[in-house]
Amino acid sequence: MTIDSTATPRTATDLLRVEDVSLSFGPVRALRDVSLTLRRGEITALVGDNGAGKSTLVRCVSGIHRPNSGVITFDDNVIHFHTPDDARNAGIETVHQNLALVEDLTVWQNLFLNREKVYGKRPFALLNRRAMKRDAAQMVSTLAVNVPAVTSRVRRLSGGQRQAVAICRAASFSSKLVIMDEPTAALGVQETAKVEQLIRRLRNDGHAVLLISHNFEQVLRLSDQVWVMRAGRCVGGRRTTETTGEEIVGLITGTIAA
Amino acid sequence: MTHVHTPAEGPPLDSADAISPQGGVLKESPLARLKDIGFWAEWASLVGLIVLIIVFQSADSTFLSTGNVEAMLTASAILIVLAVGQTFVITTGGIDLSVASVMTFAAVAFGLTYKHSSNLALACVIALLAGLAFGVANGLLVSQGKITDFIATLGTLSAASGAALIISNGKPTTVINSTLLKLSSGGIGVLGWSFIIAAVVAVIAHVVYFRTRFGTHVLATGGSAEAAAATGVRTGRVKLAVYTIAGLLAGLGAILLVSRVGAAEPAANTAYLLNSVAAVVLGGVSLVGGRGSIVGPVLGALLLTALTNGLTLLGVSQFYQPLSVGIVVILAALLSRFQK
Repeated sequence: MTIDSTATPRTATDLLRVEDVSLSFGPVRALRDVSLTLRRGEITALVGDNGAGKSTLVRCVSGIHRPNSGVITFDDNVIHFHTPDDARNAGIETVHQNLALVEDLTVWQNLFLNREKVYGKRPFALLNRRAMKRDAAQMVSTLAVNVPAVTSRVRRLSGGQRQAVAICRAASFSSKLVIMDEPTAALGVQETAKVEQLIRRLRNDGHAVLLISHNFEQVLRLSDQVWVMRAGRCVGGRRTTETTGEEIVGLITGTIAA
Repeated sequence: MTHVHTPAEGPPLDSADAISPQGGVLKESPLARLKDIGFWAEWASLVGLIVLIIVFQSADSTFLSTGNVEAMLTASAILIVLAVGQTFVITTGGIDLSVASVMTFAAVAFGLTYKHSSNLALACVIALLAGLAFGVANGLLVSQGKITDFIATLGTLSAASGAALIISNGKPTTVINSTLLKLSSGGIGVLGWSFIIAAVVAVIAHVVYFRTRFGTHVLATGGSAEAAAATGVRTGRVKLAVYTIAGLLAGLGAILLVSRVGAAEPAANTAYLLNSVAAVVLGGVSLVGGRGSIVGPVLGALLLTALTNGLTLLGVSQFYQPLSVGIVVILAALLSRFQK
């Protein structure tokens, strides 16, 4: 992922700060005073049982939900996203669990969907297909996964290739933070390894990554920092090097107090 | 038709490269593609058109005479224009059942405007605006009102037919204008003016469909509205736009219709509705959306026109024409199940 020339250099300062964020859906309190931080140039993992509030928190950061109270600071600015577009413009890209790829379009069309390169003036601007295909080829050439032809339709790609295309799209276009929701849930062992390689490369290129995963081994393998959620609360955070799988499981189930 | 054959735009040709399990690109041999039924499904309209031409020409040698070719091309103009509009709508996964009725309403509006003002340009503008207005109404009902496209446009189908009857008081208006007459009788060589207009519309539509951001967003909206919305495509606006295009083209069809008939009649043109959908199906456009072309439906419109013309030429009773169109469409739909 060398496309992003403006990526922030790796420093240890906080890129994202979530402070006392709460969100209720009717009587259901999905998030209760959640606070956590995410550093630049690191892979931060978010773990917890189903319904712990991981996805809800991520949706607040990516502009789908707005918290009822609390403050989210991104890149030293307090954020008030109304749509996912706002989050994207601020530099937050999300790789959704369902990948958000259009199967009937080609790889390059998906990579540039809604960011198409054109020449000429609106409303008579025509697509610059050559430039998009060239740039798309460059984008996917860095993938660790079997490189798909940029002119093939996404329908024909394997699960790993699709995931790679989705990650590739998120990593491009000057994103500072890439959020991934269970990026390897549907993949086989080999493909999982390759996608993990890709996630590490994202970090090495200066992107911060927020990883939601149910796979503790993967979290321990990949992440620099782990945050644990339980029943809508953030119950604790650990540096990955200073924790163990048992401790994280204990935090998730509540047998260990934070 | 610029660059009709670059990969990934016309449905047929990019099927040449398949991805092997290792992710490499394999080239299928041309022979293997001929054995593939999906290939025939995507080219149904062209294959059907060639078969029909061969059959009719061998049955009656006047079929391909200059006069008859000119008559067929002129007769196909209205259907081409409507089918192009229908293609945009169906590509988003919708359907516009109101095109023919909107055309009728726009034709009546054209006739009445001309009768009262004798101003051809004004009448044309009114016809286009009438089509546009119904298109916007359809688009708003589907995108903002969240009404199923089938029901929304069924409603406007009835509303437009009724409105045409009301404003015309059920009577046809004769329109006599030499310029308008030239539209359906004059032309360059075998190409009548009305066919030239339809061809220009098709070329512009092809460029919009494959070469603009809007076209990509139309395909994306039909392919996966959820995925398109997740990348920030405003799918509601895209839907509004495609129904507006279909309405505007129905207005253009109305001008061609009045020029052809010489009168604005409030009669329902139900055959045009069925045939516009049929041309799109024959043209290999996916009815669930996301895939299609403009060339395919245009060839489909030519096929349906050639079918009607050939049967008339052979002296087959007019009563058999709807039956034959129905059979051809069902065969095309069956074939389209094998599309990849």
